Amino acid sequence: MTTFAEVRSRLAGTRQRRYLPLYATLALLALMYGSGVVQYEAFSDPQVVLNVFIDNGFLLVVAVGMTFVILTGGIDLSVGAVVALTTMVSATLLEGQGWPAFAVLPLVLLMGATLGFGMGCIIHYFEIQPFIVTLAGMFLARGLCYTIGTSSITIDEPFWTTMAQSKVRFGDNFISPSVVIALVVVLVAAYVLAFTRLGRNTYAIGGNPRSAHLMGLPVARTRIGVYTISGFCSALGGVLLSFYMLSGNSLHAVGMELDAIAAVVIGGTLLTGGSGFVLGTVLGVLVLGIIQTLITFDGRLSSWWTKIVIGALLFAFILLQRLITPRKQ
Amino acid sequence: MTEAILTMTGIGKEFPGVKALSEVDFRLLPGEVHALMGENGAGKSTLIKVLTGVYDIDQGSIVLDGRPVEFSGPLQAQHAGISTVYQEINLCPNLSVAENIFIGREPRLLGHIRWSTVERRASELLRRLQLDIDVSAMLGTYSIAVQQMVAIARAIDISAKVLILDEPTSSLDAGEVGQLFRVMRQLKDEGIAILFVTHFLDQVYEIADRITVLRNGRRVGEYRTAELTLIDLIGKMIGKELEVLERLEDRPKRAQEGDVPLVDARELGRKGAVAPFSLTIHKGEVVGLAGLLGSGRTEVARLLYGADRADHGQLAVDGRAVTMRGPRSAMAKNIAFCSENRRTEGLIEELTVRENIVLAMQATRGWTRPIPRRRQDELVDRYIKALDIRPANPDAPVRDLSGGNQQKVLLARWLITEPRLLILDEPTRGIDIGAKAEIQRLVAQLSDGGMAVLFVSAELEEVLRLSHKVAVLRDRHLIAELPNDDTLDVDRVMETIASGAKP
Repeated sequence: MTTFAEVRSRLAGTRQRRYLPLYATLALLALMYGSGVVQYEAFSDPQVVLNVFIDNGFLLVVAVGMTFVILTGGIDLSVGAVVALTTMVSATLLEGQGWPAFAVLPLVLLMGATLGFGMGCIIHYFEIQPFIVTLAGMFLARGLCYTIGTSSITIDEPFWTTMAQSKVRFGDNFISPSVVIALVVVLVAAYVLAFTRLGRNTYAIGGNPRSAHLMGLPVARTRIGVYTISGFCSALGGVLLSFYMLSGNSLHAVGMELDAIAAVVIGGTLLTGGSGFVLGTVLGVLVLGIIQTLITFDGRLSSWWTKIVIGALLFAFILLQRLITPRKQ
Repeated sequence: MTEAILTMTGIGKEFPGVKALSEVDFRLLPGEVHALMGENGAGKSTLIKVLTGVYDIDQGSIVLDGRPVEFSGPLQAQHAGISTVYQEINLCPNLSVAENIFIGREPRLLGHIRWSTVERRASELLRRLQLDIDVSAMLGTYSIAVQQMVAIARAIDISAKVLILDEPTSSLDAGEVGQLFRVMRQLKDEGIAILFVTHFLDQVYEIADRITVLRNGRRVGEYRTAELTLIDLIGKMIGKELEVLERLEDRPKRAQEGDVPLVDARELGRKGAVAPFSLTIHKGEVVGLAGLLGSGRTEVARLLYGADRADHGQLAVDGRAVTMRGPRSAMAKNIAFCSENRRTEGLIEELTVRENIVLAMQATRGWTRPIPRRRQDELVDRYIKALDIRPANPDAPVRDLSGGNQQKVLLARWLITEPRLLILDEPTRGIDIGAKAEIQRLVAQLSDGGMAVLFVSAELEEVLRLSHKVAVLRDRHLIAELPNDDTLDVDRVMETIASGAKP
């Protein structure tokens, strides 16, 4: 029998082990999709997958921001609350104050980025655990939602309704404009991480922040940057969610930070930082979406089974992470 | 004589309560290897940190290449031409070799990093250092020695004037050290000035052209290596003759006393760690464990302490059979264990000297009965004095102490619990000769006071100097137990290891 330690040392010895979690997620996704196709005839319709994107576009954007943060070894718990705050602020300004869409959009995006920037500054300059700072940020943002209003505000501003109802068609299938935006975000993020200094510094800080500092990398700028990116992505996710829901509500996106973290981890990004890909996060979001779809297709299981399956998967992937991380000497 | 590339004049640096450097002069010539020597806490690291801008400078001036400079951080120093390679590799193990060399200054086109150029230049650079490896693989998959070379490659590629190597050889084996020295000689021939810090005296004589000795934050002098004998060098480093060490040599070898051994291991063993062995340790006795690296020395120590569970044989303390269920049960029996990895398994670097010292005592009392602050201060002050921990500031974070002083803090932690058996695993590794002598003297004193000590060390001379008997390990078997009488010397121990005599 091979022991855990042996398997681990064998895996840790592979030069290209950083792609391993990605392959695992890809295999899992294929397996789940395959089993869906085998069980249900309607599952093979490409629209099923496209619907997963449509229903999870906002989560994808939020999870991309989260990927940056987790790559530095941090965490951002405030994303769900910032999403809700964005929907609330947008709805109030559009409906209550009658602001035009082109003014509201940059304002809420700036607000999200500013919140992230502020938390990043506190985390970096006061050397406080990201967990605590973003937890405080979460309470702050969620609290602000309730001061704006406790009830749901319906949005029927023309731009919002257009975005909600129009379809980008190709052949028999379609996606929403939100999916296009989400995919653009994914591509930009993937490019930034792979081909720019900001991206590489993000990996370096996740690998060893002290080394990064001694190598003369701009640690402060990068660390604050990733929280700003996460804040921006949360706000953008909030905008997409308000397109999807056509409402602002303080109770939107409760627990979404956890979904986003789950997607990132299942997508193969190490929680300790330094290793992971945006593509993995896309796969992670798809895994979450496909689980949901499978359970909907089944029809017998309560939707809470989604949570249970996600929980089990998280365990499995964290175990995989332990297997591939080399033991510290 | 060539013009110095780097001149430091009258450098002074003060930390709260400690004068780390005062009036230190230092100069570095192009194309030389210059060793910076001194005991732990003599100010070597501080001098390097002042030079590279990690610390601000309080007094004095630095002239580099004829221009006065003052750096606000390592990055600035690097740009000016001073690069540092530290003992702990300051690279990112999760990035590729090539990226580690070029991160922060990647060749770019409109912000787009050109990876092919990065990798091509990285392999060219490494080939110059005669290192032919796959530069696209993650750095963490290579050995420490290779990582060290990569760090050097990065350093010289950034700036080729001054290269500082801060204890680069600590974790390298002999072959790797040879490789490093070859690279150092090559760089020296290219006109780079190398500042080399190490604890290994023989390495200094092998590679260094000149030596600057620091002691207690002051410069003792600058010497040509060829003109300074080893004995003189040691004398200058510790500031006193080697009386301490010599006095120890004359220590009478204690006859075994007492009838019931303090610790009696019978056929104790653990699969995969060490074959069943028998060993007794009496009160006031120092038992040395000798053997090569990986022969099972640490494993024996860990079994006796209960850090690993034995799956074979029995262990008796005071004649009564006990089962060690872990460190807590060992502590209850007054057995203390100083780990060889003082950084990862011993000290908690974020805590202060005081907190680290009282930790074990607090643990034996249980957390519900805190040690009164006054008693803590009393104890901590006593041991800081007794062990000469520098800086003598109980509130300094342990992280900021030098290796030898950290070791003393760890010792103090166990000493205040007044153990009856103290297990020391490589207590003198990586610390300088002065601190080494002090720790050895302390062990002798403790055993005179009736404490039993199990002393594990890779240095046979040290084991022989201190121990009353020596247990020899080879390939995870305890092969012999030799009483340390006049006939026993290093050669005989080595013969025993070589012949693999069964007991």
